[in-house]
Formats: sequence, structure tokens, C-alpha cells
Amino acid sequence: MTLNQLGVGRKATVKKVYSESAERRRMLDLGILPGTVVETVMSSPLGDPVAYRIRSAVVALRREQAELIEVQENFTADEMESRG
Amino acid sequence: MSVYVETATAAKECGACPSTSCNTAHLTRLGIKMDDWDYVVALAGNPNTGKSTLFNAWTGLRQHVGNWNGKTVTRAEGALRYNDRKFKLVDLPGTYSLLSMSVHEEVARDFVLFGRPDVTVVVVDANRLERGLHLVLQTLEITDRVVVCLNLIDEARRNNLKIDERALARDLGVPVVPTAVRHGEGLPELLRVVDEMAQGRYPTRPHRLNYRDAALEAAVAQLAGQLEGMFPGLPNARWVALRLLENDESIIRAVREGTLGDLQRPDAFPELMQLEAR
Ligand SMILES: Nc1nc2c(ncn2[C@@H]2O[C@H](COP(=O)(O)OP(=O)(O)OP(=O)(O)O)[C@@H](O)[C@H]2O)c(=O)[nH]1
Ligand SMILES: [Mg+2]
Repeated sequence: MTLNQLGVGRKATVKKVYSESAERRRMLDLGILPGTVVETVMSSPLGDPVAYRIRSAVVALRREQAELIEVQENFTADEMESRG
Repeated sequence: MSVYVETATAAKECGACPSTSCNTAHLTRLGIKMDDWDYVVALAGNPNTGKSTLFNAWTGLRQHVGNWNGKTVTRAEGALRYNDRKFKLVDLPGTYSLLSMSVHEEVARDFVLFGRPDVTVVVVDANRLERGLHLVLQTLEITDRVVVCLNLIDEARRNNLKIDERALARDLGVPVVPTAVRHGEGLPELLRVVDEMAQGRYPTRPHRLNYRDAALEAAVAQLAGQLEGMFPGLPNARWVALRLLENDESIIRAVREGTLGDLQRPDAFPELMQLEAR
């Protein structure tokens, strides 16, 4: 899944950043790289941009930026169990 | 901006903090009174780390302070005297990086890069150290005259965070001064260190990343040489060369239009000075 699909209050781990050139640099500078844990904090009224907590700062990303970040959602042990 | 000229006495300066931590008798806040100066000090750092709060404490000016709406979007200048030396202090917009740019971040980068400050104070939020260190390391690639102001130490204490600032200073190769700027804590020590570094009496050994790539180093050296020919006296040609190789659009534009050297002019950003805080 990509970061824009991560629900509010959910956490995920970054797997790959597909952005290129200046946009890629920007993502890396914001601390978004493979292994980084991100959390969706809130969504603006129109759903774009969305605020994420990344390395203890809240950062707003536009949808087209979040779409280029592949993540894997983090589930707690309980959640894993209930999912079977 | 209103003109504020006042002379601080130790007592006035320190109403809010314990007397043991305060010895600012040698500080005179000069507001915008700035005909000449001995040294230029830049205040850089991530957004919302207390740069403007520090600027105000040292100059007596009233730069906007606060969350989001207090965001600094252009640089502000003020002055102070410490012992017999006059310092021009430049409050820069917050930035996460010196590499990827919003317009506001470009103001900060260009000043650190081409404004040739005698000292750059990087203000770091002790509670968000990782983020701050990213910028510290980038700044150390540009200049070795860096003092790290480890701010919001009061909040860190409340969060039960303990930071080994000595180990940090050793690893970074530059001084690290813990502060709670809003409460005046650590300010005398910070000023003492800034003063010593400005005078060149504080040797540093900045931690620099080694790219360990012979082909890259050769390309950088060649480009840097050409840049120095094109822009005589350009500081940081090596850094500019790295950005060119990285395809940094704003730097490519500046080289192409021949404006790279212009960034050194103190009035280089007239249109930005018009920007209002949103
Ligand atoms: N608790 C605490 N709060 C502080 C301290 N220093 C600054 N603050 C607060 O942090 C907030 C941001 O301060 P500013 O001085 O505006 O930060 P800035 O770095 O100039 O922010 P930008 O201009 O957006 O980059 C304000 O609410 C300050 O009162 C400190 O030492 N301790
Ligand atoms: Mg500010």
C-alpha cells in the first residue's frame, strides 16, 4: 500500500520512496526513508493534504507526494491475531 | 517593525530565572541600531525551535514568536554588544534542510552559504534531536564555525529525556550548549561560546561525511575549480559543485544566470523582505 491509504491513527513502516530528484531530496530531508515509522495524524477537510507524524514532527504531505511512498502497515500482536 | 533600543542590566534581563544561572551584565541589547559590527552571527534551525525567542532576548527586538502563526518567513537583523564587541544577529526562517527548498528555506540556506556569518548558531529542539542533527550535519559541510544551541531543555527534562551533551559535542566536533531560551537558562554560556568562536578562539573539528568515491571527488574538484573561475571569491565552491552534480535546480539556475555570487550581497533578496508572515 502507499502512504495516502494509511488511516488516521494508524502507523506504518516506509518500504520504498518512489519520488524523484528534488521531491526525493525533500522526502529524505523530512526523514522519510526505508525503515521510518510514520503515523497519520489527521486529514484536512478536503482530504488533501494530510498530516503525518514523522520522527516526532508533524509534517503535511500532499496526496501526490504520499502516493509515491510505499509503506507496510504496522499491526499490534492483538490485531494480527484477530485478523487470523 | 518598531524600533527598540534598550540597555539590559543583569537584574532586568533575568527577572524570571534563578540568579545563579544569570550573568549577563556584559550584554547590551542594541535593537536595530547597527551602523557597524565586528561579527555577524546567524541563527539557523528547524522550524519552531526558539530562534526568534533567542533573537529577541539578545537584541531587545520583538520578532514574532510562536507556533505556526509566529513563523519567521524572512530574515530579521538586530544587534547586541558583548564586552567591547558588536555583533549583528540574523534570525533566519526555520528549515529542515539546506538542500531541498521552499522559498523560506532558500533564504536560510543562502545566508548560511553566502552571507559568510562569523558564527552560525544552529538551534536544535532537544526533544527532536534527530531532526535537528540532520541540519547540523548539513551546516557543518558548509562552515566549521558552528555552535549547537540545544534548546527546550526544560521540556526535555519534563519528558525525562537526558542528553549527553558532552558526547554530542565530541562527536560533532563543535560546542553544544544546553538552553531553555524562554527562561533565560544557558544564555550567558551560549553568548560566551559564540563570542569566543567569533574571535577564532574556539577550535572546532567538524564531523564531515566522507563520500569515499574517487570518481565523485574528481568531478567535484574539477567543477569547484571552474566555479571559482566564474565566481571569484565564491565561498563553498565544493558544496556548490556537489549540488550541481545532484541536479539542484535553484543552484543550476543561479549558475546559469550568473547570480550565484550576487547572493553574497546583503540586499540580495529585496522581494523576500516584503513577504509577510501568514
Ligand atoms: N518551553 C520552552 N519553550 C520555548 C523555548 N524557547 C522557545 N520556546 C517557545 O517555542 C515556540 C517557538 O519559538 P520561536 O522563537 O518562534 O521559534 P522559531 O525557531 O523562531 O520558529 P520559526 O521562525 O517558525 O522557525 C514559542 O512558543 C516559544 O515561546 C524554551 O526554551 N522552552
Ligand atoms: Mg522565528
